Amino acid sequence: MINIWEVKETNEMIEQENLDVRTITLGISLLDCIDSDLEKLNQNIYNKITAAAKNLAAAGEEIEREFAIPIVNKRISVTPIALVGGSACKAPEDFVTVAKTMDAAAKAVGVNLIGGYSALVSKGMTKADELLIRSIPMALCSTERVCSSVNLASSKTGINMDAVRLMGEILLEVAERSKDRDSVDCMKLVVFCNAPDDNPFMAGAFHGVTEADAVINIGVSGPGVVKTALEKVRGESFEVLCETIKKTAFKVTRVGQLVAQEASRMLGIPFGIIDLSLAPTPAIGDSVADILCEIGLEYAGAPGTTAALALLNDQVKKGGVMASSYVGGLSGAFIPVSEDQGMIDSVQAGAITLEKLEAMTCVCSVGLDMIAIPGDTKASAISGIIADEMALGMVNQKTTAARLIPVIGKDVGDTVEFGGLFGYAPIMPVNPFSCEAFIQRKGRIPAPIHSFKN
Amino acid sequence: MEKAADKTIITVVGKDTVGIIAKVCTYLAENRMNVLDISQTIVQGYFNMMMIVDMNAAKKPFADCSEELDKLGKEIGVSIKCQREEIFQKMHRI
Repeated sequence: MINIWEVKETNEMIEQENLDVRTITLGISLLDCIDSDLEKLNQNIYNKITAAAKNLAAAGEEIEREFAIPIVNKRISVTPIALVGGSACKAPEDFVTVAKTMDAAAKAVGVNLIGGYSALVSKGMTKADELLIRSIPMALCSTERVCSSVNLASSKTGINMDAVRLMGEILLEVAERSKDRDSVDCMKLVVFCNAPDDNPFMAGAFHGVTEADAVINIGVSGPGVVKTALEKVRGESFEVLCETIKKTAFKVTRVGQLVAQEASRMLGIPFGIIDLSLAPTPAIGDSVADILCEIGLEYAGAPGTTAALALLNDQVKKGGVMASSYVGGLSGAFIPVSEDQGMIDSVQAGAITLEKLEAMTCVCSVGLDMIAIPGDTKASAISGIIADEMALGMVNQKTTAARLIPVIGKDVGDTVEFGGLFGYAPIMPVNPFSCEAFIQRKGRIPAPIHSFKN
Repeated sequence: MEKAADKTIITVVGKDTVGIIAKVCTYLAENRMNVLDISQTIVQGYFNMMMIVDMNAAKKPFADCSEELDKLGKEIGVSIKCQREEIFQKMHRI
């Protein structure tokens, strides 16, 4: 039988160490909504989303009450809209109407974000893909809850450099359109290499075409729990360190698994995967960077950071896979700058640079995340940073992403406030040298050889 | 096999005072909730109690009991929390 110390440990994790379920994301296929008539398409999408998700928020609240575990977000992901809208949308403005429909449906069922305003263009862009991408600035700036993602590369197909070039320009346009609000709409846009079909985390969530009609995916969290557990093993060997992280990750993931099963049962929708990611928030004690410090670094970014992060990421996975048979999504440690107080401190102390963050993304999920850069950064430089990040994912056969925020009117030394869970970020300097001629080349970078590993 | 789904863990944490257990148990008895196990300890001057309760025959649904116990806790000056047992089973048992 359960004893008082076990109960106490669990409740301390929840009450003092910010253990929570970060998101219940309901993936909904919109493939059966396709119609060549735009109005009909929008109506189908609205009906499908509101019918499938009508009990989502209520089920989340009931689970919260029964287990006393906070479920921070209830969200929805849908089939990439470039596929769904291809037949009806003949101009970027047509795609924007679909974004507005998604926004209205999300609002109606009480979810704070809806992902899937996406295109998968790792090898080439269809006409619809390109129209959707060109509509992103308008779509993000005229909706509140819609998130957009574009898959630009994969290990199998290489990097679509035409799309990378385009995304540099698009990102600046999104920044420009929301410049009176510190370019915050860029937060809702992410580009990927090897984007997973079942990611529950925004802004990159979409419901892949390989998925069932509807599926529940769960993102767990708990950097504070790992940090607290590690405080008790200061100075111990790597073996003890790794054991502690694994055991903690196991416990955190089991809570996610329980919530997933309950949500699946209540909604009558199959359970998909648990995403094992350590997702930080700006709350004190909910930071991945603080775990790195606890492992033994003065600041995240100090020499040894990549090794410490590699260790952390691997142990989280090893502990997590034992706790759930279905693990997927991004699964790893997130290292967003603005959403992690420890990361913000590192940037402010001058301990971490964009280049070091890039190195760190080689060993963890997901990529350059929530990084504010000067608003006068050239589109080609943004495309260059994206291309670098895509190359890391392509060669290492992992998911990588970039969510950059060029803040119009601000420069290095300024700080930008995103609000709530998104936190704030000091603007980070970008390498000033040009990659214009590289980015202006047309075509794609071929897929890498998957042999001769060096 | 015993059904885990029907068990509820009630935890009471707060400053020690006379009659905490009595008041909680009175509420449970009035609402036909059967206590299966109680453990209690004092940690750093704070009263910690855990009860394993069978709510199968309870008069009210889980949400109401949970809310009323929370209210009762506020009256006594302690925190009372109601959780289904599975969260602890999942986390601490393989």
